[in-house]
Amino acid sequence: MRPKGVKMATISMTVNGKQLSGEAQGNTLLVEFLREELKMTGTHVGCDTSQCGACVVHVNGESVKSCTVFASACDGGTVATIEGMANDDGSLGVIQQAFQDEHGLQCGFCTPGMVMSIADILKNNPQPTEAEIREGLKGNICRCTGYHNIVKAAQSAAATLSGAAQAAE
Amino acid sequence: MYSFEFTRPSDLSVAVDALKGDGAQALGGGQTLIPVLKQRLAAPTTLVDLSGIESLKGIRRMGDMLVIGGGTTHGAVAASGDVAAAIPGLVELTSKIGDPQVRNRGTIGGSLANNDPAACYPSAALALGAIIVTNQREIAADDFFQGLYATSLEEGEVITAVKFPIPAASTYQKFEQPASRFSLTSVFLAKMQDGSVRVGVTGAGADGVFRHEGLEQALSANFSAGAVDGVSVSAEGMSNDLHATPEYRANLVKVMTKRAVEALS
Ligand SMILES: Cc1cc2nc3c(=O)[nH]c(=O)nc-3n(C[C@H](O)[C@H](O)[C@H](O)COP(=O)(O)OP(=O)(O)OC[C@H]3O[C@@H](n4cnc5c(N)ncnc54)[C@H](O)[C@@H]3O)c2cc1C
Ligand code: FES
Ligand code: FES
Repeated sequence: MRPKGVKMATISMTVNGKQLSGEAQGNTLLVEFLREELKMTGTHVGCDTSQCGACVVHVNGESVKSCTVFASACDGGTVATIEGMANDDGSLGVIQQAFQDEHGLQCGFCTPGMVMSIADILKNNPQPTEAEIREGLKGNICRCTGYHNIVKAAQSAAATLSGAAQAAE
Repeated sequence: MYSFEFTRPSDLSVAVDALKGDGAQALGGGQTLIPVLKQRLAAPTTLVDLSGIESLKGIRRMGDMLVIGGGTTHGAVAASGDVAAAIPGLVELTSKIGDPQVRNRGTIGGSLANNDPAACYPSAALALGAIIVTNQREIAADDFFQGLYATSLEEGEVITAVKFPIPAASTYQKFEQPASRFSLTSVFLAKMQDGSVRVGVTGAGADGVFRHEGLEQALSANFSAGAVDGVSVSAEGMSNDLHATPEYRANLVKVMTKRAVEALS
């Protein structure tokens, strides 16, 4: 709820390649802006206390917890969310497909953040070890799976992506 | 959260002016302050976001000092080849703070200004004898930390950089509290260029970060794990909470110091 009489500002950002704008107060969080103003509800709020990582998105190429960043701090920036992870024809992207294949999700609540964190891990380190994957997922909590199949999904996505990169060479 | 105005200047002098306003507060990476605001434990009227000020970011070597800008993120320090070459202990320290998302936002200036008793950076600042540079002055680390969440910073003062003397060797040994990922008790050990050894301890002290003189003297005289055995670390003055008793923490100070010595031997 927005208290009456509070100043709003118009902010703009490039979200998944599209230039979008909306209204925000000083204390509007990025995740609130994405979900409530831009109506992109793929990014979840699990804890709202910076612990669970359900809200992970990328801002200017770096993964962040969107519940712990102000929308105004991202004005003019570039944001990537789970909505941009599918292929253009609507089919699942490589990491998403790997979650399905490896049973990397049960209730699915943590999955948007997991997928965004894994995308970040693989961007910086295309062939991570299991330990590196687990370390990279330290900020993501899952109450269902016990993590093993999430790690397998990350490994399978890494293999698919590096196979595709080799084939392209 | 209470409501407030938000500004994001790109110039330090504009930020410093904005911070002179009544109820204004600096925002670094927000990894501590945003959770605090959500709990309504702070009620600034204006938040002055420092993250758009490029002059606060960056790492450079200046003679026998490594200078890290006050707005430099933990992730940038962890990934820096210059830091790895000069002060590897700082890479160990920053790469173990929280998780990747926290490291991509949280800054050295915010961590030192906050002086959380379980935060990692204060131990390095003390052990290395860092100089905290603000928009007004330079403060020696030994004078900077003033107990739990307290520092000698004045209202509106901004940490613009931290100067670390480059030691002969350094390491950070973290014993993590697994739920919060902060330090339960961690030790930053530095072997200085003159051969003296300095030991910064975080997570353990009831008054926050401290140097342990007994360990420093013993290790300066004889740099070995055995020398640590001969030092008595008192439980008095150690903090007590549901995670660990003062005695447990006192013991961890020795265990982590030994690991640090072994890591450098
Ligand atoms: C899940 C999680 C895990 C974490 N784990 C760890 C850990 O293991 N170890 C650890 O050390 N920390 C940990 N942290 C804290 C993290 O390191 C924060 O980044 C840090 O404590 C504060 O830095 P910040 O830049 O985010 O500051 P902010 O939260 O923006 O600000 C903190 C305080 O510093 C002030 N401030 C900010 N920048 C400046 C400046 N340049 N000059 C003067 N004052 C300033 C602000 O006004 C505020 O009072 C964790 C945080 C989270 C959310
Ligand atoms: S909702 Fe952001 S970390 Fe849990
Ligand atoms: S699948 Fe349910 S929380 Fe992860």
